[in-house]
Amino acid sequence: MIRAMAAALLLCALGGMARAAEPVEIRIGYLGRAASTPTLSLLDQPAPDDGLAGARLAIEDNNTTGRFLNQRFTLDDIRLKDGDDPAKAAVALADRGTGFIITDLAADDLLQAADAVHDRGVMLLNAGAIDDRLREQDCRGNVLHTAPTRSMLADGLAQYLVWKQWKRWLLVVGSHDEDKAFGDALRRAATRFGAKIVQERVFEDTGGARRTDSGVTLIQRQMPVFTQSAPAYDVLVAADESEVFANYLPYRTWDPRPVAGSAGLKPVSWDAAQDQWGAVQMQNRFMKLNARRMSARDMQAWIAARMIGEAASRGNSAEPKALRAVLHGPDFAIAAFKGQRLSLRDWNGQLRQPILLVDGRMVVSVSPQEGFLHQFSELDTLGVDRPETKCKLK
Amino acid sequence: MRNESRISKLVSRARRSAKRCSADPGPFQALRSVTAPALQRTTPQQRRAALRPGHDSIAKAGHRVTERAMTRGVIAATFILSLVVSTPASAYVAYVSNEKSNTVSVIDTDTWAVTATIKVGQRPRGIEFTRDGRFVLVAVGDDDTIELIDAATHQIVDKLPSGPDPELFVQDQSGKTLYVANENDNTVTIIDLEKRVRTGDVQVGVEPEGMAISPDGKILINTSETTNMAHFIDTATRQIVGNVLVDSRPRFAEFKRDNSELWVSSEIGGTVSVIDPGKREVTGKISFAVPGMRREAIQPVGIAMTADGATAFVALGPANRVAVVDAKTHEVKKYLLVGQRVWHMAFTPDEKYLLVTNGVSNDVSVIDVAAQKVFKTIQVGELPWGITIAPK
Repeated sequence: MIRAMAAALLLCALGGMARAAEPVEIRIGYLGRAASTPTLSLLDQPAPDDGLAGARLAIEDNNTTGRFLNQRFTLDDIRLKDGDDPAKAAVALADRGTGFIITDLAADDLLQAADAVHDRGVMLLNAGAIDDRLREQDCRGNVLHTAPTRSMLADGLAQYLVWKQWKRWLLVVGSHDEDKAFGDALRRAATRFGAKIVQERVFEDTGGARRTDSGVTLIQRQMPVFTQSAPAYDVLVAADESEVFANYLPYRTWDPRPVAGSAGLKPVSWDAAQDQWGAVQMQNRFMKLNARRMSARDMQAWIAARMIGEAASRGNSAEPKALRAVLHGPDFAIAAFKGQRLSLRDWNGQLRQPILLVDGRMVVSVSPQEGFLHQFSELDTLGVDRPETKCKLK
Repeated sequence: MRNESRISKLVSRARRSAKRCSADPGPFQALRSVTAPALQRTTPQQRRAALRPGHDSIAKAGHRVTERAMTRGVIAATFILSLVVSTPASAYVAYVSNEKSNTVSVIDTDTWAVTATIKVGQRPRGIEFTRDGRFVLVAVGDDDTIELIDAATHQIVDKLPSGPDPELFVQDQSGKTLYVANENDNTVTIIDLEKRVRTGDVQVGVEPEGMAISPDGKILINTSETTNMAHFIDTATRQIVGNVLVDSRPRFAEFKRDNSELWVSSEIGGTVSVIDPGKREVTGKISFAVPGMRREAIQPVGIAMTADGATAFVALGPANRVAVVDAKTHEVKKYLLVGQRVWHMAFTPDEKYLLVTNGVSNDVSVIDVAAQKVFKTIQVGELPWGITIAPK
């Protein structure tokens, strides 16, 4: 009897020791979409793990740091198919003990997921949706955004075009809602930075396949005609998030003009060609882990997972509540190979970030451009600024 | 007069663009000081850009102002130089790695002129004389090696097995062992400098960069840029014996010669952490504030301290300034305007001069340490990064 008790005590003690040596676990959820829409160029077709792969790399990076702090990070992912309930999935992740969920969801799905776990103290990090409304009228206190907004992207592009003295724009907007939203952001950017939209055209999506065996013949007849008889302009700016026409435009416009926006010179948060500010190390690490190049969505998810890691090492804690306090703290900043510290806009949880302008091969420039000044942070010349915001955080 | 009207035009232009950026009406006070440093210095690229029609008028106006300032600078520099030349010549030679040119510029500190340009491997960054002064080690990251330049002949005589993408490194006091930070695989590589072979590795945090060795040689410091720590490595056992969390992207580490303090610069965090090497904890932080400069532009990198431990110099990257810090009180005394994106620095052995590399303006600024003034700028190759100085 006594022996049994002694043995039990010893076991308890050993168990306790083992627990003390075990690293504390920080569980991160990932909620993404299972399918992606087809793109015009085969090269733009996202990988099945687009976004998720970036989060995985950040988990590795966090764990390298975690070795020194006795912290371990794990990633738990759910991919939603059409018709799946995002609220249910978010709750399922919360049930598994996740305090943070990185999301790559459409705006409405994101809101449902955020509201479903709001009372459980779960924080979402939006690494996919670029809709301004999620940071404005539909903002949420339990959501941070590592994806840039449409207006940040449009402003980044506009600053460069104005610097380049390409101030007369022919704006072509697609017929889907998100195309129109990007069109609105470009129009706003033109007004803000002094460009002039000389004419606006709408490219109606009349349906049809993006892949055909004799596609080029038809396209090279259609595009010159579509861009014919425009008033004098410097650059054609296209808003086509739906992948219907923009990539057909370069080299096919009636007048020989460059194309920017959804094709040609594109504003993005990250690119596989980015090699400044130590980024080569990041690109190499990503390639080694995933055997492919790193996309903007991968980077947005990497930053999200790294932000949680950074909060855990700064706060020296695994408690979601303590980590949230660090993330919301006035001095929180993250390094992400973009040449400067990235901080959060305290009025809506948006990550401030430079916007890269890329042509598919090279990084052409990085905005904000020199000379666009701001009293607090030059990064706040991109997107909706504090005095203009409609966000009231709850 | 003409110049003044141009500047006022420029300021009003900047105001207009600021207005477009924000509804807040009141940043103009800061504008003057923001544009002022930009006017004082232009890169050759900007000068070229200014010649193209229809481009940035800031660069154009800046160019003219610069020329005037330069003329004045040249007169002043000539005056100072005449004083310098009349004193006994200090025979030193500085080697500067030019990250973009794949060259090393050799500067004679008697004449402050580039006397040779040595072709090296791809992406040269970290650069140091060997302790015996016979060789210059230069890390050529994209060739995954460290090259040995014979200081007498300027020939590359050997390569060291450094591991992938070496950037910064440090030698022990005897000059027999070299410790190299390999950014790509989270390791510090240990090399026997006499046999020129790799003798071991230490696993550290993500993206190792800064390297320093304690004055007694017992502790090796490595900073990891994404893990944001200074790792304390026992040089005898090659084990990590301590980790100190610092601000974002720690890039450079420097001990005080009496081992009382370890300084670590954080490029993205914008601070220098002062660490007690015995307790292995941060005991103070040095912050920098340049009037009119946004917080994001202040990015501390290279650090140099005088041997008496009284004064420290900290390069502030794209803030285009070197901060002069009282190393005892940790108070920032002064900001010296240098070239664009200032990286690293080295004293002449007599500590009369401090040379700093300016990455974007492609030059090296020479600081008179006693006067705490920049008195000379020397054009080198493209994107100068590291610098090392030794007697000729």
